[in-house]
Amino acid sequence: MIELQNVSRFFDVGDQQVVALRDVNLNLASGEYVSIMGPSGSGKSTLLNLLGLLDRPSSGIYRLEGGNVTDLNDDQQARVRREKIGFVFQSFHLVPRLTAAMNIELPLILAGVEVAERKARVAKLLENYGLTDRADHRPDQLSGGQRQRVAIARATVMQPGVLLADEPTGNLDRSTGWEVLKLLEQLVEQNITLVIVTHDAEIGARARRQLHMLDGCIVADEKSA
Amino acid sequence: MKLADTLKFASGSLRGSPTRTLLMILAMSIGVAAVVILTALGEGARRYVVNQFSSLGTNLVIMFPGRTETAGIGPGMLLGQVPREITLDDAEALLRSRAIKRIAPLTIGSSDVSLGARNREVVVLGSTADLLEVRQMTLGQGQFLPAGDIHDSESVCVLGAGIRKELFGVQNAVGAWVRLGDRRFRVVGVMAPQGESMGFNTDELVIIPIASAHMLFNTAGVFRVLIEAKSREAVEQAKSEAEQIMSQRHSGEKDVTVVTQDAVLATFDRILRALTLAVGGIAAISLAVAGVLIMNVMLIAVAQRVREIGLLKALGAPAAQIRKLFFAEAALLSGIGSVAGLVFGQLGIWAIAQAYPALPVTAPWWAILAAFGTALGTGILFSVWPARRAARLDPVTALARS
Repeated sequence: MIELQNVSRFFDVGDQQVVALRDVNLNLASGEYVSIMGPSGSGKSTLLNLLGLLDRPSSGIYRLEGGNVTDLNDDQQARVRREKIGFVFQSFHLVPRLTAAMNIELPLILAGVEVAERKARVAKLLENYGLTDRADHRPDQLSGGQRQRVAIARATVMQPGVLLADEPTGNLDRSTGWEVLKLLEQLVEQNITLVIVTHDAEIGARARRQLHMLDGCIVADEKSA
Repeated sequence: MKLADTLKFASGSLRGSPTRTLLMILAMSIGVAAVVILTALGEGARRYVVNQFSSLGTNLVIMFPGRTETAGIGPGMLLGQVPREITLDDAEALLRSRAIKRIAPLTIGSSDVSLGARNREVVVLGSTADLLEVRQMTLGQGQFLPAGDIHDSESVCVLGAGIRKELFGVQNAVGAWVRLGDRRFRVVGVMAPQGESMGFNTDELVIIPIASAHMLFNTAGVFRVLIEAKSREAVEQAKSEAEQIMSQRHSGEKDVTVVTQDAVLATFDRILRALTLAVGGIAAISLAVAGVLIMNVMLIAVAQRVREIGLLKALGAPAAQIRKLFFAEAALLSGIGSVAGLVFGQLGIWAIAQAYPALPVTAPWWAILAAFGTALGTGILFSVWPARRAARLDPVTALARS
């Protein structure tokens, strides 16, 4: 499903070259539930951005669903993001002027899906996530948990194979965080590959596979039963 | 992304910041309104002049003594010669041309008109019966000058509506006698009020037979001969034949000038059209200013919406799509601004028309198209840079921005 081969990422900061990722090799199978943990600056966000094609590796090869996506041009990468990757962010990143329904619809609009099908898919997701009565509310009229549910609905509306979540519970209180996490875990049962970046050990421990990062390297790769 | 969705999304983001949007639309509409109103004024002036010429009468050719030379000083001027006058016989001879339908020789002067103790200075026009037809004037009461021999100096006059009112008030003027200079004239008719045309206020004129005018002012020459051609096609022929006849009669000398209405009109037309274009061009500068404003505001919009742009990229919008969204916003802004500007412009034109009813102000269609096109063009052109800037944003940093 996901295959990273000797992937490195350097940043030029002034005269110095900072290594964010160093020769990372990683294989993720379809439907795997992975957490990436580590202190800040360990490269976990960089790794997630590379997996999400928001960033390009300085060297190495990234294969997604068997195809090499490293050398695709920007537009081709945008297409891959649109069709195969979903994002959930710590700060939700909902468009403030759009209603919940329209935020969920956004990827479908960008993909040019027909209106009738768009409405049907959005309505189904709103129902699945218990947001039907919140459909016409704007983000500022929603609670944090509702906002993140809208964001998850938006991330899954294109039915991607991979869902990348960057501290999805970081801005939520504990109980709401657990609810959101459960929603994400349900998606794994539907054979989605879920990658969660977190520095909360308790949340990270829930994943069946846990990666620990330090100084741009994966220092531990544990699988729990 | 579909076009309809692009427009919907763009209009949504415009509604998201209503004050900014309204100000932009205002700037754009002022630019468009300025173009529309100023060109309408220019075009109005042009039409005004054209109308004035048409009111002279149709198929008109004008002849006057003297030759307008463009090749320096002629020998006659050095010898102190004045151009030979056009006589009444000359004028009559013009009727030999088959292209000429009617003529009306004119002599002009000023004199006192008096009725009893009332007395005022008036412009006296000496002419013939055909003047009414040639100049397409309308008679209010009674009759015009009697048709007959051009040399008959009958003591009759036709009063302009204004003069009649001043001399007679509510009394009947037709049949009464007035004094012009040292002669008495019987009033045979009164002109209908028709206002000014080419500098002559016909309401303030007294018209008498040309032979009487010659006696009154002690002259023999004709100031102008108005010649009416048989048809529009015959105008050029009438002109050349009039010149021919005059040169035959003046022993081969071409000492008259004949101008056609069209020639004069075409010159005015060209001058005023150029003026309209110039004024419109100046107004178009305000459109360019509006364009710069749009660019400015779009740049601010890009800066304010960095997170949103980052999100759109993460959701898989290619750079071209982001650019299109910003173009659509600019196009909507300038499109709505243009429509508002056209409305403002038409309101302005209407107001001008109310204030100066004589001026036929209407915006020419090309000005409306040009204003609209320039507004849309500048709007989109000036959004190229902001749109490119948005499209080039790095999604990682854009999303990280708080």
